[in-house]
Amino acid sequence: MKRSCAFFLARPGLLRPRRTHCARHRRAIASTVPVVSGVSVTMPAALARAAIPLEHNALAPAGIQAEHIVRLWHLTLVVCGIVFAAVLVGVLFALLRRRTAQRPQPPDLSGNVKPERRTQRAVIGVSVLSVVLLVGLVVADVLTDRALSKLPVADALHIQLTGWQWWWQARYPADHGRPAFATANELHVPVGRPVVVALGAGDVIHSFWVPSLHGKKDLLPGITSTIEFRADRAGVYDGPCAEFCGAEHALMALRVVAEPADRYAAWAAAQTATAAAPADAVAAHGMQVFESSACASCHTVRGTHAVGLLGPDLTHLMTRQTLAAGALANNAANLSRWIRDPNSVKPGTTMPAVRLSTPDLQALVVWLTTLK
Amino acid sequence: MNESDAFSHPDAKARLFDGPDASAATRSALALTWADPPGWLGALAAINHKTIARRFIATTFTFFLLAGVLALVMRLQLARPGNRIVSPDTYDALFTMHGTTMMFLFAVPVMQAVAAYLIPLMVGARSIAFPRMNAYAYWVFLFGCLTLYGAALLGAAPQAGWFSYVPLAGPNYGLGKGPDIWAQMITFTELSALLEAVVLITTILKMRAPGMSLNRMPLFAWATLVTQFMVIFAMPSIMFASTALILDRLVGTQFYNPSLGGDVLLWQHLFWFFGHPEVYLIFIPALGFISSILPTFARRPIFGYTAIVLALIATAFLAFGLWVHHMFATSVPALGKSFFTAASVMIAVPSGIQIYCWIATLITGRLNVKTPLLFVLAFFFILVLGGMTGIMLGAVPLDVQLHDTYFVVAHLHYVLLGGAVFPLFGALYYWFPKISGRMLDEGLGRWHFWLFFIGFNVAFFPMHLLGLQGMPRRVWTYSSGMGWSDLNLLSSIGAATIAVSIVLFLVNVVRARWRGEPAGRDPWGGATLEWSTPSPPPPHNFDAIPVVHGRDPLWDPPGTPAYVSGLAADAREVLVTTALDAVPDLRPLFPVPSIWPFVSAVATTVLFIGSIFTPWAIVWGSVPVVAALTAWFWPTRRQNAQALALERRP
Repeated sequence: MKRSCAFFLARPGLLRPRRTHCARHRRAIASTVPVVSGVSVTMPAALARAAIPLEHNALAPAGIQAEHIVRLWHLTLVVCGIVFAAVLVGVLFALLRRRTAQRPQPPDLSGNVKPERRTQRAVIGVSVLSVVLLVGLVVADVLTDRALSKLPVADALHIQLTGWQWWWQARYPADHGRPAFATANELHVPVGRPVVVALGAGDVIHSFWVPSLHGKKDLLPGITSTIEFRADRAGVYDGPCAEFCGAEHALMALRVVAEPADRYAAWAAAQTATAAAPADAVAAHGMQVFESSACASCHTVRGTHAVGLLGPDLTHLMTRQTLAAGALANNAANLSRWIRDPNSVKPGTTMPAVRLSTPDLQALVVWLTTLK
Repeated sequence: MNESDAFSHPDAKARLFDGPDASAATRSALALTWADPPGWLGALAAINHKTIARRFIATTFTFFLLAGVLALVMRLQLARPGNRIVSPDTYDALFTMHGTTMMFLFAVPVMQAVAAYLIPLMVGARSIAFPRMNAYAYWVFLFGCLTLYGAALLGAAPQAGWFSYVPLAGPNYGLGKGPDIWAQMITFTELSALLEAVVLITTILKMRAPGMSLNRMPLFAWATLVTQFMVIFAMPSIMFASTALILDRLVGTQFYNPSLGGDVLLWQHLFWFFGHPEVYLIFIPALGFISSILPTFARRPIFGYTAIVLALIATAFLAFGLWVHHMFATSVPALGKSFFTAASVMIAVPSGIQIYCWIATLITGRLNVKTPLLFVLAFFFILVLGGMTGIMLGAVPLDVQLHDTYFVVAHLHYVLLGGAVFPLFGALYYWFPKISGRMLDEGLGRWHFWLFFIGFNVAFFPMHLLGLQGMPRRVWTYSSGMGWSDLNLLSSIGAATIAVSIVLFLVNVVRARWRGEPAGRDPWGGATLEWSTPSPPPPHNFDAIPVVHGRDPLWDPPGTPAYVSGLAADAREVLVTTALDAVPDLRPLFPVPSIWPFVSAVATTVLFIGSIFTPWAIVWGSVPVVAALTAWFWPTRRQNAQALALERRP
């Protein structure tokens, strides 16, 4: 199913009922997204990048936690499947051996006066057997739950994730000499190293769920919870919000990129940097538009005067694969569209339409696309 | 009992009394005494349990159809990826109204409505207990439904889901009046449900025919009794929760506001403490339907009566111990999780025991395969599959993957449709002849069944796979890149098939009322007392109250005495029996039809709706309620005189 789909890194098509430009997206992704490892080396490089599927299947685990769960799933499926089949066989047996009664006469009760020992024994037998099977399943459930809580997290990577209507705010605290930094809607984690995510909610309840890696955990206002997982295989994993959180619950996707440790370290180091100074006059104008318009009151771009806290940190906007929490592929055209009319992309979004003249908008987009 | 002096009146010659050999004059006097008054005003004053229950069933079924239409719009929207047939806000309103309607305006009340029709007939009573309260409960329910849908038509449909989680439904994020309307709809329907519970419990415990001791009671009556006790324990939790929500929104209390000492999980605990038992409020009456239908079509008494009764009671107790499995994704301590996992999984045991008893009944019986039995047989496929996925969802590790995905949507529809709606349709085919006096068509019934069964599985089975493939619930759209498109389309095709099957059912009902075959007293050869009276039953249900000598009164060899006689035919006199052994106890007079329950319900509605807008409505709104209730209970001279005339001490 995953292999057959042509687009993967973004969710194009979603907001464009007309034919989306698959090829253009591919190009855009290839040119703006850092290469993600974990694909077959036999493919040509460009194609390889394009073929990385966005994984979101609970039955195809990419980490130890999801694997524990899949094992329990298979056991439960087999036991339940056998019981289900047995019940159906019982009913079919009754139907096939049926001695028909056409006339609705009162039945002959003489046969039922004496206790029906054989039937009684059979019913008691299958009832006891059911109890035994169910107790076995409960034991397996509890053991799996224990195993899930035993992931060693001594040298874990810590991330603080906050859910907002309708985006994800991520903070990476200082780690092994790397300073802290903030990002949004996309987590990068090293393969093989456990990750502890501290979850909180800024407004309403959201839920963190990356089916390839682990089950879900709610983000609750007023309560901080944690979830521990480990990605054992490189890949890009989808994490849709799993608790109904209002109008754009459907367009609130987190993306988890699991990559080899060195690549992760490079990404994290790049994220700590402040934004580069504008390279040319157009970009400089774009930055000035950003700082002087409504943008700066909600967004932060480190190294500029924009220090708003209501929206995602945009310092390294162009390192992310999507815009607006998975609503659009991240490229210049979509950026422009998103800024001009966010509501047409993501109806109900809290991002207001910012009225800018066409040259201002173009300059702004030029500058934003330099935020790498 | 025929000869008992206690039941003969001193002025017996001057009055008419019932009995098995009563004259036509006595029978028509009985019918006149118990009939509802004619005319429009009479329709509003009606209190006969059959009249009220017919309206109740029709109302709940109307809302079932409306909620089905909402579901069709949702399936249309999700049929293709990236559809923009409805906006996200509209979609949220659609699934909120669909869930709310199905749970609060259909599934729970329809079970009470059917019980309100059948229970007096099954236990051999002339009336339901507290008939005016029964009427009041219906009117309150109807006005609650109209409030919700009226508000929706005015653009104030709730959008926070049928579970209305805070803070999304709280004062800061649930803007507009939608959440208030939702919370007040809860107040309406729960008030109605609690009153119905009191009515049904009293009828079952105190109005059974002489000789129908608890261990001879029909299993549907047992299921109803157990369910109504659950209503009494579960409903106060949600009434408190929704009242606290309104207070948070209206007068600034902070029950659910974490920044001022409130707790967002408090709502979830209170909601699910009601919400999980609610599933069993829907499911247990359906088990009662099955236990009624199976023996009739297997032509033998049910196997394992005692085991089934004990299983029903065990289910009721366990049902209160597993609400936390709706909250496994919140932070629940490990020991708590293990306890709730065990409870969630072990509730399968009593259900399993009942299923085994039914299969034993089927295997040892002589099957008469008619439409009602088909719907029951579907239960064995659909509900058992839903039960299996329920066992999966009870396990914490699996639940955290499956929770809030389409897997749960599949599970809950398998359980609620397979466990309740299929048996309910079986029950409608089974008892429709009793209610209307005419048979539903068998051929159309089979078409309805097969389309519904196939459509149901086509619509809902793919959702299991969608959930495993990572599709969350309550999303208004999805992208083609996710690979969910084909299964969603298949599911929508299934939904359309279900719609066709339901239309066939409606055609069948209309056709039957127009030219259905007359049913006679007992078209199926049933064992319980409702089949001993004409179809449809006369206003007084029974010309003479039967005396019960076994579990299957119409199949058991006749005993003596067979009937009670000596109840007044020209007054609403009923026989009250003892709770355990159904020994005749009292002979009270029942109230006559009255407009005041209707007026009281209108006054209650004004109070409830007013309090959405101002807390002062509680103050001024209670004046008309008190006035109407006072008028309701004010005894008339005629009633007093009648009571005095009939009063005697043994």
